[in-house]
Amino acid sequence: MNANLAVQLVGISKSFPGVVANSNVDLQVRAGEVHALCGENGAGKSTLMKILYGMLQPDSGRIEVNGEPVRFRSPSDAIKAGIGMVHQHFMLADNLTVAENVLLGAEAQHGIGGKARRRIGELAATTGLRVDPDLALARLGVADRQRVEILKVLYRGARVVILDEPTAVLVPQEVDELFGTVRQMREQGYTFLFISHKLDEVRSIADTITVIRRGRCVGTVDPHTVTSRRLAEMMVGSELPDPGSRESTVTDREVLRVEGLTLLAESGDRHVLDEVSLTVHAGEVLGIAGVEGNGQTELVETIMAMRKAASGRVLLARSGGAGSDGAEVDLTALDTLGRREAGIGYIPEDRTRHGLLPSQPLWANRILGYQSRLPVSRGVLLDVAATRADTERIVTEFDVRTPGVDVPAAALSGGNQQKLVVGRELSGDPVLLIASHPTRGVDVGAQALIWDAIRDAQRKGLAVLLISADLDELIGLSDTIKVMLRGRLVAEADPATVTPEQLGAAMTGAAE
Amino acid sequence: MTTVNPTAAPGPAPATVPAGPPPKRRLPGWARGAGAAGAAVAVLVVTSALTGQHELTSSGTAQAALRLLLPILLAGLGGLWAERAGVINLGLEGMMILGTWGGAFAGLHWGPWAAVLGGVLFGVLGGLLHALATVTFGVNHIVSGVAITLLAAGLTKYLSTLIFQPTSHNPRQSAPLTGFDTYSVQPLGNWLGTVEDHHTPVLSDLAGLLRGVLTGFTPLVILGLVLVPVSYWVLWRTRFGLRLRSCGENPYAAESLGVNVYRYKYAAMVVSGGLAGMGGVALVLNPGQLGYLEGQTGGRGYIGLAAMIFGNWRPGGLLAGSALFGYVDGLQLRAGGQAVHDLLYGASLLAIVVAIAWALRRRWLPSVLAAAAGIAAYAVYFFTDTVPREFATYAPQLVTLVVLAVAAQRLRPPDADGLEYRRGSE
Amino acid sequence: MNGVLTGWLRGRLLAPVLAVTFSALLCAVALLVSGDAPWTALKVMVSQVGQGTTAVDIVNSAAVYYLSGLAVALGFQMKLFNIGVEGQFRLAACVAAIVGGLWALPPVLHTVLIILVAVLVGAGWAGIAALLKAYRGVSEVISTIMLNAISTGVIAYLIRPDTFGVLEGNNISTKPIAPSGQFPGISLGDKGTVFGMVFVAAALGVGYWFMLGRTRFGFELKASGESPTAAAAGGVNARRMTVLALLLSGAVAGMVGLPELLGRDFAYTLNSPQGYGFTGIAIALLGRNNPVGIAAGSLLWAFLDKAALALDNIGVPREIAVIMQGVTVISVVIAYEIVRRYELSAQRRKVASDASVALGSSDAPPSSGPPPSGPPSLGSAAGPSSSGPASGLAGSSGNPSEAR
Repeated sequence: MNANLAVQLVGISKSFPGVVANSNVDLQVRAGEVHALCGENGAGKSTLMKILYGMLQPDSGRIEVNGEPVRFRSPSDAIKAGIGMVHQHFMLADNLTVAENVLLGAEAQHGIGGKARRRIGELAATTGLRVDPDLALARLGVADRQRVEILKVLYRGARVVILDEPTAVLVPQEVDELFGTVRQMREQGYTFLFISHKLDEVRSIADTITVIRRGRCVGTVDPHTVTSRRLAEMMVGSELPDPGSRESTVTDREVLRVEGLTLLAESGDRHVLDEVSLTVHAGEVLGIAGVEGNGQTELVETIMAMRKAASGRVLLARSGGAGSDGAEVDLTALDTLGRREAGIGYIPEDRTRHGLLPSQPLWANRILGYQSRLPVSRGVLLDVAATRADTERIVTEFDVRTPGVDVPAAALSGGNQQKLVVGRELSGDPVLLIASHPTRGVDVGAQALIWDAIRDAQRKGLAVLLISADLDELIGLSDTIKVMLRGRLVAEADPATVTPEQLGAAMTGAAE
Repeated sequence: MTTVNPTAAPGPAPATVPAGPPPKRRLPGWARGAGAAGAAVAVLVVTSALTGQHELTSSGTAQAALRLLLPILLAGLGGLWAERAGVINLGLEGMMILGTWGGAFAGLHWGPWAAVLGGVLFGVLGGLLHALATVTFGVNHIVSGVAITLLAAGLTKYLSTLIFQPTSHNPRQSAPLTGFDTYSVQPLGNWLGTVEDHHTPVLSDLAGLLRGVLTGFTPLVILGLVLVPVSYWVLWRTRFGLRLRSCGENPYAAESLGVNVYRYKYAAMVVSGGLAGMGGVALVLNPGQLGYLEGQTGGRGYIGLAAMIFGNWRPGGLLAGSALFGYVDGLQLRAGGQAVHDLLYGASLLAIVVAIAWALRRRWLPSVLAAAAGIAAYAVYFFTDTVPREFATYAPQLVTLVVLAVAAQRLRPPDADGLEYRRGSE
Repeated sequence: MNGVLTGWLRGRLLAPVLAVTFSALLCAVALLVSGDAPWTALKVMVSQVGQGTTAVDIVNSAAVYYLSGLAVALGFQMKLFNIGVEGQFRLAACVAAIVGGLWALPPVLHTVLIILVAVLVGAGWAGIAALLKAYRGVSEVISTIMLNAISTGVIAYLIRPDTFGVLEGNNISTKPIAPSGQFPGISLGDKGTVFGMVFVAAALGVGYWFMLGRTRFGFELKASGESPTAAAAGGVNARRMTVLALLLSGAVAGMVGLPELLGRDFAYTLNSPQGYGFTGIAIALLGRNNPVGIAAGSLLWAFLDKAALALDNIGVPREIAVIMQGVTVISVVIAYEIVRRYELSAQRRKVASDASVALGSSDAPPSSGPPPSGPPSLGSAAGPSSSGPASGLAGSSGNPSEAR
């Protein structure tokens, strides 16, 4: 075996009830390299890294560090072996200081006083991760928080650093800064495991790329020789249902018109949405592309009146009959329920937070958002029998795998939960569907079904506003794509001709 | 839910811009504490001089306040330890009740120090039960706290019928206990007494307050007051404390760094229960009424919790909160509604000072609000002769409500306070 | 179908049965240790039910507990902890007694007025906490605890002889309510008189069930309690629901003192009973916010209260019943939590085995359970948090934000 390997994983398998997250995965990481782990959302990258970091125990397989077999019962075992992990969702305590966050759990090394702070200062100076140790963490921005996270693992003497989707929350300049730091540290002998699904970034930073798909290792490639196209194929596989629908159903009847929508940050000093205007026509899917955190979530929630816009108007044309122009309704003054009643169906991006009542049975979840309308209710009273019947219809039509409609929503798998949500939001006879990441975190079968459902509805004249981080999904489903950057719509693309690379450039502002 | 979700801050936040305004240079905590204490004494002295109400600053009032603040302080410290580790302890009242019984039982047999130990042990049992329910089984913290208080009340009722009644001939109380000896700093105490009796403005007031604090105290008072800096030191200056606090701020972060969150939460609940139990002992060993009496906690566990919130989950603030509640209580007890009525005058003075302070900083809204509050307090003072005794008794609760209504959004409880934690569930 | 039914019954009944058995065993041990015979004690308690007015006393007492339990449960449905039922009911009873004692009105009108005053005072007192919660972010737990204490002061002030009270012997009381304002009961001769308010309580229970299960308002209440974020996305105004839920809870709490006021005491005195509000919390937990469960809990509680009086005759301290009550509450919340976890994982396994296993689907590792949350931190601005399955309060779980 190669003695130069910093980390080697052999035959790692891990399953959760109902889900196989990793299946017989092998991974070899050389010392002093940046090794990228690629795969779609939910491919099993994070699970694998949690196993390497001792947060999860593998069902089978073994781990070797520097050629020695190891068994990590907890993260502290991994830390002792020199492995550190920077989580995608930062594990930081807001009310503690930077120093306290770094020291926590590693007090034995230099105590918690001045000596420890000096050590943090040294580390910060040698790696370029500069941040004031006495500041309360709550005062730091995202990039500084990430620096604190990296300092945390270095302070513990980590030589192998796992970065879980480190760029998801950063703007391009910050990404460049991060990559600079990573390269500098690589020169000092640190090894990096870099988890990402962004191909351009992976190709720019990695020395080696391993691709994971559906819990299995697909292959290991050299970034300098592989093409993005080949990488993408490896990531998504060939059996991926093709989202492409090419015959246009777009009409010239406007359904949604958003005019100059502006939303201020809670602190009131920053525009989260800046004069956003857009129009969606009947039978059209308008896709919004953008790096997460550029205002897409807020755009949807403002259109749904879950956030209060500072200015701007939202108008909806309720269809007046086949083909004819209906009256345009000004939704600006209406609340969420009013906008739903006017004919908007809404698939929220986080179904467990915004789409479902986890402990309630499926039929009660059918009520959510429709509590004022038939068949669920007649004014003040609910019609439980009709609700149950309609829920059974959704279960059948949308192939929700469940023993019955009395099961609590939490018991269903993510894909089946999502099918239920999609079925519900298409049930209210909507004229507009807002779909936020409609297939995020669902299995392939559910993905295909949801795409078909959206296309069917589109053919019947539904207008769709689609937000997705999955560029293939966006390109495949959309009739028009607009790119969102820092709260503004900055570019428009034709999905028939645009490539993911071009879109990616526009999303990061590189095309400006 | 406890992790920082950076995407919640929409839009790209430039890396170099801190999330808040640049930090101002602030006085160290001890200096601010001393300043606040000085201001409070000054207001009392001035009020006493202007209203001629000497009870405001008499040694008797100060002494009573000290005794009354002790149980509240200890309960509040119990709450502080629990909540810093992320456990809301609504069972403080119950643990205090357990402490009164355990303290009385041990005190009857083996004297006052055993009473302290017995009360602490019984409190710890309550704390462990709360930890078992909330930490191990994930029961809602408030539910468990209420249930433990119910259970404690029932258990002590049963036990005192069984064990105290034969000697006291009353199922609701124990035979009288032997208390601690009281101590005074002499001859300073006597000298201060002569100064106080001269009724020289300002000087006598200061002497009175000082004399109250320096005479007639018990070892338990000393112990309770010492526990405030000790709690601060342990929680903020040791490795154990850092880990404990991290469990209350972000247990999943702590877990990811190898902290055994369950162990620290249990440790915190043991300390919390013990402190609350000691608070119960402070009631049982109160020189004024030595012995167990059913219902003698009278909601002080809740007041302790309020004092802790009032103090923004900090030991120093908690001491200030307990002192406020203890003082109003003591004043009411010593001098009745008349003296509390005169305190309104002091409150209006204080509000006006605060209004001016805000105005100097050009913060007009708080300034106007403070001025309005001051004028309102003065109006009540002017148009009434006395505060009904019934309201004077509950002044602490009223103050707490007002403080919460005004400042709830500025308080900083631990981030994961009251949230269920299950290992590896993130 | 049969399997479904037994499963449903097991889910509902397993935890309380376990808890009651456990606490009974514990009490038996306590009795054995103190040298008494548990079996004799139980026999004496059960036979006491047939003696004198005990049976009727139990029913009357249970009605009081039932109202209190309903008031608490209404808040629990929205994950609001109305610890203030105690203060709300006492203040409401006091003010209602004062108003009722002022005039003698025509019979039915007089009674209705008194009930109305009680309901309004209860709702108003809870309304303070509701507004503080909705607009200032003050945790209702701490504000209602403070309001409980303050209400004691207000009551003491209101029934002073120089305000609205009258001195009767060495007790202070409000002016007695004239017979026109009293709520007639059903006399069973020497077995006692069943309060008329018992039937009002029962009717409220039916109304509670109907509102929760069959009305849009009930659904919105449950939805906001379970997941404020999902409710908001579904068009429910969470702030409005917070205020309404607490007002409603306070309104029902206002009636807690009425069975005794209008059926037995006819005046509010300094010695009027206390503690019903806290009992209500225990009973709502015992009955798991279910109207039938709360009724069963009330009856059990009242039985332990009243039947334990007979224990004195055989030299057993009757406080053993109080211990039984306390242990039952703490063990029932733990038992519910254990059963909930067990059932959810069982359900997950069942669903997973029914549906095809999706290889590599990124569903959140289901082992994490519907993830946790608790009540908002005291004093913090956090909104009400979400719940576990079957709307159980004991399940302090289910913050969906964590499932990822």
